[in-house]
Amino acid sequence: MKPFDYQRIGAVEEIDADAGERSSFLAGGTNLVDLMKHEIETPERLLDISRLELAQIEDGDQGGLRVGTLVTNTGLASDARVRERWPLLSSALLAGATAQLRNRATTGGNLLQRTRCYYFYDTARPCNKREPGEGCGALAGHNRIHAILGASEQCIATHPSDMAVAMVALDARVRLRAADGSQRELPVEELHRLPGDHPERDTVLQPGELILGVDLPAPPPGRHIYRKVRDRSSYAFALVSVGAILHVADGKVGSVRIAFGGVAHKPWRARKAEQALQGQAATEENFLKAADVELADARGYGGNDFKIPLARRTLVAVLRDAARATEESTP
Amino acid sequence: MTNSASIGQPLDRVDGPLKVSGAATYAAEHQLDHAPLVGWIVEATIPTGRIKALDTSAAENSAGVVAVLTHRDSPAQTPFGEPDDEGRFTQSRAMLRDDRIRYHGFPVALVIADTLANARHAAGLVEVSYESEPAVTVAGEDADEKPDELDGGLDADVSRGDFERAYGDADVTLDVTYSTPNQAAAAMEPHATIAEYDGEELWVYTSVQLIGPAVQVLANTLNLDPDKIRVLSPYIGGGFGSKLGLHNEAVLACLGAMHLERPVKVVQHRRHVFHNAPHRGNSVQRIRLGASRDGKLQAIGHDSFMPRARDYAFAEPTGASARTTYRTDALLSRHRVKTVDISLIDSCRAPGHSIGSLAFESAIDEMAYRCGQDPVAFRLANMPDKDPSSGKPFSSHDLAECLREGAAKFGWDQRESAPRSHERGRQLVGYGVASTIRINILVKSTTRIRLSDDGSLIAWANMTDIGTGTYTILTQIAADILGLPAGQVQIELGDSAYPASCGSGGSFGAGSSGSALRDACMKLREKLVDIARKQESLKSADFDGARFERGKLVLGDKEVPLTELVRQSGHDYLEVEGKVEPGEEHEKYSQHSYGAQFAEVTVDRDTGEVRVQRMLGVFSAGRILNHKTARSQLLGGMVWGISYALLEELMLDERYGAFVNRDFAEYHLAVNRDIPEVEIHFREQPDSHSNPLGSKGIGELSISGAGAAVANAVYHATGVRVRNFPITLDKLLEHLP
Ligand SMILES: Cc1cc2nc3c(=O)[nH]c(=O)nc-3n(C[C@H](O)[C@H](O)[C@H](O)COP(=O)(O)OP(=O)(O)OC[C@H]3O[C@@H](n4cnc5c(N)ncnc54)[C@H](O)[C@@H]3O)c2cc1C
Ligand code: SF4
Repeated sequence: MKPFDYQRIGAVEEIDADAGERSSFLAGGTNLVDLMKHEIETPERLLDISRLELAQIEDGDQGGLRVGTLVTNTGLASDARVRERWPLLSSALLAGATAQLRNRATTGGNLLQRTRCYYFYDTARPCNKREPGEGCGALAGHNRIHAILGASEQCIATHPSDMAVAMVALDARVRLRAADGSQRELPVEELHRLPGDHPERDTVLQPGELILGVDLPAPPPGRHIYRKVRDRSSYAFALVSVGAILHVADGKVGSVRIAFGGVAHKPWRARKAEQALQGQAATEENFLKAADVELADARGYGGNDFKIPLARRTLVAVLRDAARATEESTP
Repeated sequence: MTNSASIGQPLDRVDGPLKVSGAATYAAEHQLDHAPLVGWIVEATIPTGRIKALDTSAAENSAGVVAVLTHRDSPAQTPFGEPDDEGRFTQSRAMLRDDRIRYHGFPVALVIADTLANARHAAGLVEVSYESEPAVTVAGEDADEKPDELDGGLDADVSRGDFERAYGDADVTLDVTYSTPNQAAAAMEPHATIAEYDGEELWVYTSVQLIGPAVQVLANTLNLDPDKIRVLSPYIGGGFGSKLGLHNEAVLACLGAMHLERPVKVVQHRRHVFHNAPHRGNSVQRIRLGASRDGKLQAIGHDSFMPRARDYAFAEPTGASARTTYRTDALLSRHRVKTVDISLIDSCRAPGHSIGSLAFESAIDEMAYRCGQDPVAFRLANMPDKDPSSGKPFSSHDLAECLREGAAKFGWDQRESAPRSHERGRQLVGYGVASTIRINILVKSTTRIRLSDDGSLIAWANMTDIGTGTYTILTQIAADILGLPAGQVQIELGDSAYPASCGSGGSFGAGSSGSALRDACMKLREKLVDIARKQESLKSADFDGARFERGKLVLGDKEVPLTELVRQSGHDYLEVEGKVEPGEEHEKYSQHSYGAQFAEVTVDRDTGEVRVQRMLGVFSAGRILNHKTARSQLLGGMVWGISYALLEELMLDERYGAFVNRDFAEYHLAVNRDIPEVEIHFREQPDSHSNPLGSKGIGELSISGAGAAVANAVYHATGVRVRNFPITLDKLLEHLP
């Protein structure tokens, strides 16, 4: 670990206006501290935000929910309101990591966790995300866990979060505070970037910008399903995951939201598939068509070619289950 | 009267309370008077070549750094691999000796500092540039070197009868090639050592399975007198073969301690372990089987191709299962290796049988289907009446009974024989079986015991307990034979100052060290009886029916406390030595433990995810010394089997000769949720030829077959035979409906 200054922040106002490139916020530390030990992250100053008053879950406007950034993954997953009205989110959270990690991991930290690309973690190997311009070790290397959508020749990494996939499907918004104290809001969908020519930038956050929390709007009607496909039944990142909320009435798709995890540099909102399904009969055939529309531009890099059929099959399976469940629950 | 510590009783681990309370000190936790300095390994980042330039100045100037040890200033050492007529556990393991890079991850420097954090940070400041040389990093079917011998002294090639002819004439044939990936032993405790040197004596607190060779390897490497080296390894957090010998951090800690004459601790970081401790090489196994139309095996062919690390003579006997499990008219088993510039390749969890059975028991399953027979029936129809490879009789043979009993308990008759016959919702359900055998070995062992006049017994041996329960079963053996409560028996292990034992490995630990202890206890009994005979008051006692119970020698209606007999000897204690050596019985008989394992799996027809729902094993391993620790060993092996079949793969990046998934987040082993109901049954039959205890090896038994049972169940569920392990979902997906 590179020596660093440590500063405990008691209130957001204490964050210097110049808390920029060289500072990092410390929340649960389950990702950042690991990366600091490997000297993949080398902040000169660590601003410990873990004691800020941002650990509440409150009712929001119009049936929504306001989640403070320091709410733990366990706290969010087990909140009675979340479990009842946003089950997609609670099941996505519970599909992630382990109980111990979830007890420590925070909402903001989870959104901003970095990729699990093997080459990103190995400082002896080239990685454009770690050292821009070095090259990408994964492109012609082991890329079983890498992206099939929206990648670039510079980087084919995926974003590993489960929680974020659910939030994107739920149209959640992040509340941000810039270092100068100004605030803005963004859909979670717009928080993460595609790698393009700058894979070193995971998100659109400005240096020193703090996540204050995430707002969940009232959930759309329908059945929530989060399906995480992984090599072992726990303690593994998603090869592909699908978060979907489907409402079927009279055999037709009333409303549908779909997001994929494990397929891109960001949680992937499947808007093309949603559009293709809108108002259509909730049939296996239409589900397949929708999946194909969404995955038309998907591309594999050898080790991850299988993710294309896997994403397709998983989406169809999720929609099939959701359709059956909504049909059953509507008299 | 039964002693709760009698042999066979499920006595709780005697070291359990120490372990759960943290009082058992593992290597890195050993407390010296002063905290040792801490070393961090700097790894080479090329597979082979030379160090061109090495700049350690920034590291040396970094906070807390005491020394940066490199080949320029490290103490003198014997060249790597010498003397070449010794085995791999005692040959020199020199490092930082010259500018040569042997493999990716090979140490180029040891940064020694006051704290771990300072050492680790400074390690990143060491600048190395290399002159790369062409490296061989991959081995497959092109392996064509014939090893002098295989691990365990087995012949590289075995041929019985005319294989080509028998295979050519067979009505039904199968010719398939399986592969298994590189694997890591993956012990929970990483390799760790604290070394202390005072200019004359070297003390080494480490984590090693074989103590005797550990002393010798350090003596050879560091040019020291073995009598001046003390190796201690009282608690070991798993070894799985990767700690049979000493590994890189141990040599480096000693070099650091000798260089500075201060204690130095080196703990391998989890990422180090994958390169600075040995791993298992990938295997390609071509299996050819020939059978008559009615399903009698006539030809068994097994060709194994594996990498071998340069200058390190280890070749794994993957043909072990093919050589001894089934009867055949002709047998041909060959092993070829290819020298590679990769970190050391050595034993890993049941070398030979574990990955050998993964392939071979899958191929046998294929053959059963090809012959149109039920996989259990096919196996039963091909039981050998003598060892097919050596022609020797078996000391005992219980495989058929394990298969029959297992099939009945598992409910095998409920299974439709055709693949893809069972479904549960969107899940395809399959049932698989595999035979299990593991060679039984006896290794020379000695021990010394002392019975004191307070009635306490101490036994010493340089044996190790790698987490398997050795302390516990040795306690039971002594308590049982001498009629003492467990609390009065103290077992002292893991110290090179104690009598030489077998060490832990090859499932020979319990039988060998236990038999030596039994011998010592029997001798002590004789001594005690002799003392009693001299006693006037016992003149008329019934010496023929002498029993040892409740701390007493019982002679019919008379009894005398052992403490009194010790006192009458005129000494404060009685001491005897015991030993065991393999003899004729191991020459005359082919010895194995047996088992049959059954698995039920589901395969998700949408995603290809395989989950094991149920496993059952019936095992026959002679006399069971402790039903609880034995069960734990078998359970552990079955868990590893699930990992072998479905998860484990150390991914090699051929471009760099480096493994890429060097942590337990990405090197997948089964986790709690992957482990279903596991049922274990014993067929307890003491084997009169195995050793004086009648026990047989158990540690590596279930792992040799569990994976194949799972793989065969996946086939039965899906009709898809995946021949390159592990069976991950991507290999099934395209074949699913
Ligand atoms: C072995 C392992 C397995 C895992 N498996 C999974 C899994 O299956 N699925 C999954 O989704 N996740 C998984 N995780 C990741 C885990 O969810 C994340 O590590 C965790 O959510 C990060 O939260 P944290 O609070 O500890 O973040 P930290 O480590 O404290 O921070 C992470 C990053 O976010 C920044 N940050 C934190 N809070 C703020 C804020 N309020 N404003 C601005 N920046 C901020 C930090 O500066 C840092 O860059 C796994 C982790 C491990 C170690
Ligand atoms: S995929 Fe991205 S993170 Fe991985 S090596 Fe390439 S650039 Fe680095």
